Amino acid sequence: MVLNLGPQHPSTHGVLRVILILDGEIVVDAKPDIGFLHRGIEKLAEHRTYHQTIVFTDRLDYLAALSNNLAYVLAVEKLLQLEIPKRAHYIRIALVELQRIASHLFWLGTHAHDLGAMTPLFYSLREREAIMDIFETVTGSRLTPSFMRIGGVAADMDSSSVRDIQKFIANFSERVDDYEMLLTGNPIWKSRTCGVGIIPSEECINLGLSGPLLRASGCGWDIRKSTPYSSYDDFDFEIPVGSTGDVYDRYLVRIKEMRQSAWIVSQAIEGLPEGRWIAREQAAVFPDKQGVASDIYAMIHHFNLVLEGVRPPAGEVYHSIESPRGELGFYIVSNGGNQPLRLKIRAPSFVNLQSLVRMVKGKLLSDAIASISTIDIVLAEVDR
Amino acid sequence: MDIKILSETLGQCIIEIESFNTEVTLIVDRRSILTVCDFLKNDPRLLFDFLSDCCGVDRFPESPRYWVVYHIYSIAHNHRVSIKASLDDAKPVIDSVVSIWQSADWMERECYDMFGIEFRNHPDMRRILMPDDFQGFPLRKDFPLEGLE
Repeated sequence: MVLNLGPQHPSTHGVLRVILILDGEIVVDAKPDIGFLHRGIEKLAEHRTYHQTIVFTDRLDYLAALSNNLAYVLAVEKLLQLEIPKRAHYIRIALVELQRIASHLFWLGTHAHDLGAMTPLFYSLREREAIMDIFETVTGSRLTPSFMRIGGVAADMDSSSVRDIQKFIANFSERVDDYEMLLTGNPIWKSRTCGVGIIPSEECINLGLSGPLLRASGCGWDIRKSTPYSSYDDFDFEIPVGSTGDVYDRYLVRIKEMRQSAWIVSQAIEGLPEGRWIAREQAAVFPDKQGVASDIYAMIHHFNLVLEGVRPPAGEVYHSIESPRGELGFYIVSNGGNQPLRLKIRAPSFVNLQSLVRMVKGKLLSDAIASISTIDIVLAEVDR
Repeated sequence: MDIKILSETLGQCIIEIESFNTEVTLIVDRRSILTVCDFLKNDPRLLFDFLSDCCGVDRFPESPRYWVVYHIYSIAHNHRVSIKASLDDAKPVIDSVVSIWQSADWMERECYDMFGIEFRNHPDMRRILMPDDFQGFPLRKDFPLEGLE
């Protein structure tokens, strides 16, 4: 039997369509069909200045918009060879780690919901909502903040936001205990997830899997540790790894990652250095608003950046970060002009989704649903 | 990573070693892409086991116009390198590296979909993001931003 799953089906987490060939309840073959959400962001970026592209990056992985912002601005900063202030690094880290928690929470809720456990969704979205509120106070926006700037961040984090974050982090660990109480030892949860969708680590590497999927199979590769960016080397944290690489291990890895992220956020908040949050003296960075209103040179500078943008030297850079879903990379080719000649987004969801066929072949249809949600895809990022 | 290893062992296949900031890019002859990739993956001093990305670049109006770029990484040695190969303007074709890194499957399909670059011996060479009956290759520089009629 041929079964068409999606593109409008809640368990496909967006507009993913999978054509399943079934023999009874066993999946004989699966053909993922993607591209329903293709907006041509890479093409659009070739026709925008470097600053304008920041807002597109929010629309890639909308569950981790700040991580996308960060990966893009880091790539541009690498191209421009910009040094940015320490405080900006710490604010960025605090925000992207909160974003990782928010993204994992959303994954946890929907993943459990796909497998028939309704309750965790309400708990995890409650905490995610608290993070969205923090984002709203700090960045002014909940889902698509566009908060990172070339050279730093758009605004400083004030003491009231710091207190909000501290309040959230203080009891977050207990909240994670709550989710674990509902799921970790639950026999129904274990029977739906243990031994399902196993991929051994060598195969994960060959398939290009990164992030929690790779780490659940026992390979502890995390870009935050292997190539620390944004002063991650100042922080003390562990990389949780699994052993068997099944759906249950990926669940455990993400749960532990949330705890680690909360720990990183608290370190970033406690150790938040004094100073500036954006490298204003750099030519590629927008002058501050006050200056634009009172100083003619700042005004001209602002005007030039809006109309002309920056012209990085001709060259090519690839920069990747550890997003909640894995290796998120931006490859920028500059020919010295004010628009990139080519911008390629290495989207972790796109590469990770390839493993779906490998996971579901010869397994039960209900396991296919578990496998789709364990990959943690965001179709906006898959299709770009 | 010692760049010398590369120039010593892959001398004939490498046209140039480019470096920009901290990035190292090998420009290789497209006919020897499989030899180079196979060596990079299997040599114990290099062990580039992880293909991060593979994508096309259109440098129109320059010639050669099409390039394929591979970003590879070694988990064991924690080093990274990029490989570039230029293609023929009239008929952009290159060998597929799916036999070396399975992850190249969708990446090469996307590259074909967006640039019309063909990958020889790819197991499933068809469009991936655009509809099957789509005309043209959207990321080529001569494809208008607004799309075709």
